[in-house]
Amino acid sequence: MIIETIIERINQGKFWHFHGGIYPSEQKSITSSKPIKQLSLPKQLVLPLQQHIGRQGDLLVEVGDKVLKGQALTQSSNPMAVPVHAPTSGIISAIKKSVIAHPSGLSELCLFIDVDGEDTWKKREICQDFSKLSHQQIIKKIADAGIAGMGGAGFPTHIKVNTKPGINFLIINAVECEPYITADDLLMCEQSEAIVDGIKILDQLLSPSFILIGIEDNKPQAIKALQQATQHHEKIKVCVLPTKYPTGGEKQLIQVLTGKEVNTGTLPINSGIVVQNVATCFAISDAVINDIPLIRRVVTLTGSALAKPQNFWALLGTQVSYLLEQAGFVSEVNKTNSTPNSPQPSPPVPSPPVIMGGPLMGFSILNEQVPIVKTSNCILAPSKIEMPSAFDNNSNEVECIRCGQCADVCPSQLLPQELQWSAKAKDHQQLMQLNLFDCIDCGACAYVCPSQIPLVQYYRVAKAEIRQQQQLDIKSEKAKVRFEARKLRLEQEKIARQEKHKKAAAARKATMNKKSADGSTANSAVAAALARVKAKKAAEKIINSNEPLASSNKVTDEISPVKVAIARAKAKKLGKQENIESSLNSNKPLASSSEKQAQKHSAINEQTINDKKARIAAAVAKAKAKKFQEKKSSTEQNELSIETQSEKTSEKAQNITTEAEDKKARIAAAVAKAKSKAKLKAIEKAQQVSTTNSEEST
Amino acid sequence: MNILIAILVLGAIAALFGALLGYASVRFHVEGDPIVEQLDALLPQTQCGQCGYPGCKPYAEAVANGEAINKCAPGGEDTIKKIADLLGVDVQPIDENHEQDGSSQSILPKVAFIIEEDCIGCTKCIQACPVDAILGAAKQMHTIITDECTGCDLCVAPCPVDCIEMRSTPETIQNWQWDLNKIAVKQLD
Repeated sequence: MIIETIIERINQGKFWHFHGGIYPSEQKSITSSKPIKQLSLPKQLVLPLQQHIGRQGDLLVEVGDKVLKGQALTQSSNPMAVPVHAPTSGIISAIKKSVIAHPSGLSELCLFIDVDGEDTWKKREICQDFSKLSHQQIIKKIADAGIAGMGGAGFPTHIKVNTKPGINFLIINAVECEPYITADDLLMCEQSEAIVDGIKILDQLLSPSFILIGIEDNKPQAIKALQQATQHHEKIKVCVLPTKYPTGGEKQLIQVLTGKEVNTGTLPINSGIVVQNVATCFAISDAVINDIPLIRRVVTLTGSALAKPQNFWALLGTQVSYLLEQAGFVSEVNKTNSTPNSPQPSPPVPSPPVIMGGPLMGFSILNEQVPIVKTSNCILAPSKIEMPSAFDNNSNEVECIRCGQCADVCPSQLLPQELQWSAKAKDHQQLMQLNLFDCIDCGACAYVCPSQIPLVQYYRVAKAEIRQQQQLDIKSEKAKVRFEARKLRLEQEKIARQEKHKKAAAARKATMNKKSADGSTANSAVAAALARVKAKKAAEKIINSNEPLASSNKVTDEISPVKVAIARAKAKKLGKQENIESSLNSNKPLASSSEKQAQKHSAINEQTINDKKARIAAAVAKAKAKKFQEKKSSTEQNELSIETQSEKTSEKAQNITTEAEDKKARIAAAVAKAKSKAKLKAIEKAQQVSTTNSEEST
Repeated sequence: MNILIAILVLGAIAALFGALLGYASVRFHVEGDPIVEQLDALLPQTQCGQCGYPGCKPYAEAVANGEAINKCAPGGEDTIKKIADLLGVDVQPIDENHEQDGSSQSILPKVAFIIEEDCIGCTKCIQACPVDAILGAAKQMHTIITDECTGCDLCVAPCPVDCIEMRSTPETIQNWQWDLNKIAVKQLD
């Protein structure tokens, strides 16, 4: 759609319409006629560290520090974090968890400031002419001032205004469509110049084609004030819109002013539109021009239960109880809803109930000690006539009659009835298909429901569940990835181990082969080992066989058992000692069972060691006996026929000696033979000689 | 003659479609068992082994091969319902042997916590953790990476000094669930 035609339409006072919407009783007159009241300083301020969407900053102060008004208490490098500032001078008395302005009533980390009453400012740099500041300087000022959207959601403003060029429309949301609330209305009446300054700063930052201020026609004084303040600015157009709830919703306001619908899942910035709340504009001008960070805001205190309903300038961190006191709230304890006989311990619900926010989108606060934060625009204390349901703990919900009124009023054109059934059935898939996340929690459906079904509550529950489910899904996906990674790692480690073992085995084989190549074959080594074993066995056999035989051996054998026995006795003694020690230890009360076990183990070990010793002693004795026996056998050659090598050698020696003797004898015999032969020859000769002699004589 | 034509025509059609199916089975061949992947996606991925299988994927494979669908304690009835929907079988009540203490649905998720003073640095829990959520080294103190812990319980038993316990994660604004009874709905007159 062409921008000019939009502007033409706006100039003619014609606007678009969004689907549905309701016309609740406005109840704004309770507070709209009274000026904004300055509050005296409370005694104590409670500042939650996180007051906006995003992340909380890091603490800059400690307990006991003295802080000045406007001093930053947290900081962060994260762009989604905005700092909080000391709303007045005082001393940090505590940093602890405290209940905060959240429907859960849960505790979050809060700073407690004991107000010293002096209200001393930090050093400020007042900038008279912001047009000389660069974009970055302005954005830094906005970020440092801790400004977050003051309309409700609390999105950090410096991110929203730090966008690329090409903005067609800057829309200032001054609609304030929810009943009872008049905080923006009165701010516009009283601070219209400052608000226009803030708009000009935004104009300088974003340079949009047109600036549209959307305001409902139920605020005539504010409209007048704004028109006066903007009469010299051609670019700024005050658009007076018909009163209808929820025109103040961002998407609804865009549709009413420009006829454009923001698609599901996209931001207005994608269509060249930026929406800022009017109170945020005031905070921006305060921050950029006067160097006042976001430390206060206008809060509407209203409802029939208050004697003096009025708008207040409340410092952030002011406890609701203090504000209620100022507005003349009378707490009626145990009058209506907290019956003493209730089976459940009733939560500390203020009675009559106190609602933070408007009647349609707000929530009951469970504790009056909760502090005002950047997004709290209204404290509503209704009487029973005004809002009977707030007093009734039991829901008056009845079955859905399928009248379809909820679908008629839904500004997001959803099907609340279908959503409700799916939400009750926890059918998340169906809820997503029905575009649950397009629901803006406006409460129009619950307002018109004749069965008094708290539809918005069902949607809120379902939204929270879906968000949590998404978180769980992300987590389980992460766990899966980690599990798979671990499995892979273990597998790899296993393979690596096997490879290592293989390598080691191969290395052993290689060294073996090398040795065999050097000379001795593996077989010969094995044979040698076998021979050694055989020899050992044989030695043992000898001992056994010798025992009953050699008398001289008996002596040594008798000695060796004695030795063994002594060794055994020693071992026993040692073991006993150990046992005693262990039993002593077990008596000690401190000793755990595992220690006992360990000692028992050690005792057993000792015993086994002693046994070993005894065995060694026995072995030594045996070895000695063997040696002795061997000696004996070598000396007493003829006694035994044995197989030991030494015995064999001695046998050989014996054989050799006998052989030598044989030889000698043979030689002797030969000699004797020879001698006898010679003798015989001599005798013969002598006989011959004698015969010849006789012959000669004869 | 007519019968012969009929047989030929039908035979030709049968051959044509047979070829078509054969081609499709090759062309659109799916690696792995898609049902196992789908089952694995339904399981809570705590890798706790309470079903008797070493992790969620092995259990998914077992279920695909006919194992009972009611053995996943961390998943609870929701998971059983989803698996039953997927496989087209009847929903079974959760196996008593595999049921967790109390109803697991309403209780906040638990994560392991190491009492660090008592830790002796034995690394037994590190070896037991299926998702590597425990940090430490031999003879050094160990600690749990809370964000990675699935609350599977497997590290508790191996600890020789019983210094691991399961603790509920604190309830914060981020994980808080709306309690319908606390908020009264407003109806203006």
